Amino acid sequence: MMGETHEMEGATAIPLVEMRSIRVSYGGVHAVDGVSIDLHEGEIVGLVGGNGAGKSTLMKVLSGAQLPDSGEIYVGGKPAHIQNPRDAKAYAIECIYQTLALSDNLDAPANVFLGRELTQGAGSLDDSAMEDATRRVMGRLNPRFRAFKTPVMSLSGGQRQSVAIARAVHFNARIMIMDEPTASLGPAETAQVRDLVRQLKEEGLGIFLISHDIHDVYDLSDRISVMYQGRIVDTVHKAKVDTDDVLAMIILGKKPEEASSEELAELQI
Amino acid sequence: MTNVADTAPVPGKREIPAGRLQRLRDLVTATEIDLRLFGMLLALAAILLVFNVLTDGRFFRPVNMVTLSVQAVSVAILATGMVLVIVSRNIDLSVGSLVGFIAMTYALLMTDWLPNILGMGPDFPFRWLIALALGIGLGAAFGAVQGFIIAYIGVPSFVVTLGGLLSIRGAIWYLSNGAAVTGLDPTFRLIGGGGRGSIGETLTWGLGIVGCVAVVVLLLNGRRQRRRFGFPVRPVWAEVLLAVLGCGALLALAAFANGNYLAPGLATEYARERGITEPPGGLKVPAGFPLPIILLIGVAVVMTWIAKRRRFGRYVYAYGGNPGAAELAGINTRLTILKTFVLMGVLAALSAAVVASRLNGATLDIGSSYELYVIAAAVVGGTSFAGGIGTIPGAVLGAFVMQSLAYGLSFMGVNSPGQNVVAGIVLILAVAFDSWNRRRGTR
Ligand SMILES: Nc1ncnc2c1ncn2[C@@H]1O[C@H](COP(=O)(O)OP(=O)(O)OP(=O)(O)O)[C@@H](O)[C@H]1O
Ligand SMILES: [Mg+2]
Repeated sequence: MMGETHEMEGATAIPLVEMRSIRVSYGGVHAVDGVSIDLHEGEIVGLVGGNGAGKSTLMKVLSGAQLPDSGEIYVGGKPAHIQNPRDAKAYAIECIYQTLALSDNLDAPANVFLGRELTQGAGSLDDSAMEDATRRVMGRLNPRFRAFKTPVMSLSGGQRQSVAIARAVHFNARIMIMDEPTASLGPAETAQVRDLVRQLKEEGLGIFLISHDIHDVYDLSDRISVMYQGRIVDTVHKAKVDTDDVLAMIILGKKPEEASSEELAELQI
Repeated sequence: MTNVADTAPVPGKREIPAGRLQRLRDLVTATEIDLRLFGMLLALAAILLVFNVLTDGRFFRPVNMVTLSVQAVSVAILATGMVLVIVSRNIDLSVGSLVGFIAMTYALLMTDWLPNILGMGPDFPFRWLIALALGIGLGAAFGAVQGFIIAYIGVPSFVVTLGGLLSIRGAIWYLSNGAAVTGLDPTFRLIGGGGRGSIGETLTWGLGIVGCVAVVVLLLNGRRQRRRFGFPVRPVWAEVLLAVLGCGALLALAAFANGNYLAPGLATEYARERGITEPPGGLKVPAGFPLPIILLIGVAVVMTWIAKRRRFGRYVYAYGGNPGAAELAGINTRLTILKTFVLMGVLAALSAAVVASRLNGATLDIGSSYELYVIAAAVVGGTSFAGGIGTIPGAVLGAFVMQSLAYGLSFMGVNSPGQNVVAGIVLILAVAFDSWNRRRGTR
């Protein structure tokens, strides 16, 4: 099934990541209910769905932030054991969380390098080197960013988002998860992030992109997976659908051909 | 273009012409002085000044300041560790009891266990160091146990260390069968200061000069680091000003410490040991820095280095700022928390050494209610219970502020219940001021 939906790589290409039958429940809520999804090198897979559909939870399983109740993950065709964020990073999986996950009291360089600090001499932190690297990444992401010495709590939403993106981009990821990366960005910064996403794809990264901006997803993605109440409705190749089809799947939780004409008609209103 | 753009102030591009106050603020900003810390220094100076006026100038004298400082040391040492504990959203209520337990251990080691069990008599070399090492090991072990229960089993630190406060205090009684123990090694006793436990005139000047050189080296090094990447550096006048201020403060402290003379009896001994005939008015021998102050300076420098320059310190602050984010960044947060308590235990051992030395032994209630003064010092010094915020120098200053008040009041004849009333009010005022200040939005 994966092979037929993926024309670029040919039927035999081994996916960069494959998640199989992932289940996560919180108490009685099945946040993710047996989801399988895959991602290839140089590919962008858009993950869409209404609020609470389970997109973030699914991606947290991949980034090690959430242990699944069941299911398997394969990286490069081999079973991957991801118990925590450290494990995920060892597989070169980077994640920009919807909540950004920044330490508000630390400055931008400290956040970018959190957990992977640069050191000098006898293991002392090399703050200047970290600031320098951060300045350079920011040059690509948000050239107007200048607040390298202020705690990120006093930055604007967009600046904070830039810091979170910088952290994911800096460490040569092979697999990137972006959960609403442009949610609080202005138009110029959003355009920059879109360019960045394309550039990362050029570099051969596989990217899971979550966004509520259906046009954004449609523009950038190669394939689109639609989630509805913890399940995948369908994973479609962009060339084979239009945004209205995707929208219908998000709202109805059914493939367009399964939906009744009344349901579809209702959507048009 | 967009309103999400960077809001970092660009000097010189302000629309409204800078007023005089603004210009002063810019000057201070250029030196990158920590304003909060600077404010605390001023507060401390004001307290000393007020007491000096109230006592007709009898208060602010070297002998009083040295006594005050030595009294502040045991709390200040603990406060440096309490900062990290509170920054990482925990609390340690057991420090006072731990100080008592380890102090009793020192006393028993030197009077009983070392000579009678291990056969190390009073002449055994480095007995004091053996005792100290065992005390530090004991403190680390206690800290590790409490830290393990907190970080890995998930019992709130308030509960664990409250249990520690009670049971460790009780254990002291069993340790000594309810008796006070006196008689420490003479060498060990130097840790507590006093005339013999001070480093003398020459070394005091030497230390002042070494500190001076260190300040200059640090400033130059910082400048070189920033140059290395072409970052903006402070204006040269600001660097020079900082160097002059730093050096001046250190040398003034040295001069002040040398203005404290050995007590008459000790001066006579000093003269006899060196074959000097004492002049009629008695010999004036500058005592210089007391050893406990040097210990405190060492602890403060090392702790600041740990907090600012080591991964562990960075993780403590990261966890305090956002525990979830620290976890997602792949930090081993449990181990980090455990380490803060181990560090606290080590500091308790150092603090206990100072207290026991000054008493030449240990009583059952040594270190009682220290936890409260230590927490107060950290909080007065700017540590926030919300987590993620607090500095080591701030906590040391906080300890000095609290001790200055207590000492000044006792100097004026206020008894210790009265001192407690004032200390409690100051604590609340300090925190109220701090919350007000933060709410006002000075980031
Ligand atoms: N930590 C949690 N504890 C309990 N329930 C949770 C938790 N996280 C998510 N859920 C539940 O799991 C379901 C899926 O949530 P998830 O955050 O994955 O949705 P989402 O698709 O990312 O939504 P959104 O578009 O709003 O970000 C929701 O019903 C949510 O209430
Ligand atoms: Mg989400």
